[in-house]
Amino acid sequence: MDTTNSSTTNTATNSSAADTWTLGGRTLQSRFLLGTAGYPSPAILQQAIAASGAQVVTVGLRRQLAAGAQTSAEGDFFGIIKATGAHLLPNTAGCRTAREAITLSHMARELFDTQWIKLEVVGDEHTLQPDPFELVDAARQLVQDGFEVFPYCTDDLVSCQRLLDVGCNILMPWGAPIGSGQGLVNPGALRTLRARLPGVPLIVDAGIGSPSDAVQAMELGLDGVLLNTAVAKALNPVRMARAFGLGIRAGRLGYEAGVMAKQDMAVSSTPVAGHPILL
Amino acid sequence: MNATSAQPATIALVVNGAAHTTSARTLAQWVDQQGLSPHAVATALNSQFVPRTQRAAQVLNTGDAIVTFQPIEGG
Repeated sequence: MDTTNSSTTNTATNSSAADTWTLGGRTLQSRFLLGTAGYPSPAILQQAIAASGAQVVTVGLRRQLAAGAQTSAEGDFFGIIKATGAHLLPNTAGCRTAREAITLSHMARELFDTQWIKLEVVGDEHTLQPDPFELVDAARQLVQDGFEVFPYCTDDLVSCQRLLDVGCNILMPWGAPIGSGQGLVNPGALRTLRARLPGVPLIVDAGIGSPSDAVQAMELGLDGVLLNTAVAKALNPVRMARAFGLGIRAGRLGYEAGVMAKQDMAVSSTPVAGHPILL
Repeated sequence: MNATSAQPATIALVVNGAAHTTSARTLAQWVDQQGLSPHAVATALNSQFVPRTQRAAQVLNTGDAIVTFQPIEGG
């Protein structure tokens, strides 16, 4: 690992030249946060987590369908996840109001024994776009209740600022709609967030399709990438998990190294001054 | 309520959307009667979260709606 570069601008989340960083009070090496839904089998999920190098995985809650139903499948799932040793980031998927999300967050804290919550409050059924108003209301209450809130939000600067105002320490702007695989549809907005919110951990969450999308996000100076479907629905999820892990590392190194400025015209890379003219 | 009347042997509840009868008098007793570990589920009564530590004090009444949540995969 290249440990020589320290020219990063995001000082709040970088703690050493060994490329560790701090997220929600925990020191991590990986900047890859991986979802656990939709894999072909529990075994492949387990292998994909290992191949990804991710130290944070997202999980969910579901209302049981019948009294006392404690299916073995879910039991197996939770056992597998716990065995990975990854930090758990429960979500509030499916919530439409702040009230729902707050209730589900408290349940998640009890079930998963963590203060972390990926706060999702959806405002539109077709795009699953976060509702910025309900999101801020829920975040305000959850911060007061002692949660470390990871809000899944849009890339709108002002609504992101409002989330910080109510006590969020982390932001998770979307790259594109959940599960769409469109990549970063508005890199300019993400660049603006990075520029205007230095020191705030920014995790691109949702919409990532290919490893190159993740590289792009990291080269923009975002601090991490959270994705699920791009790995789970790949032809080979385990290899794709490794590909994303490598891409995220490469993108981060590229950001830290400083990408060269673009030029309008060619600039010879081979020195030609002083060469004899042969023809 | 008439304090002198005997309590019925069972009460009718709605559990995760389905009709249910139980002899349990508290939410903790109900969880135990389902064969569930107290740590396996999160519970809500009438749309209000009931923490694990408060289940024993949470009395059940006819018509109450219990909802239980369990861990699942998530993105």
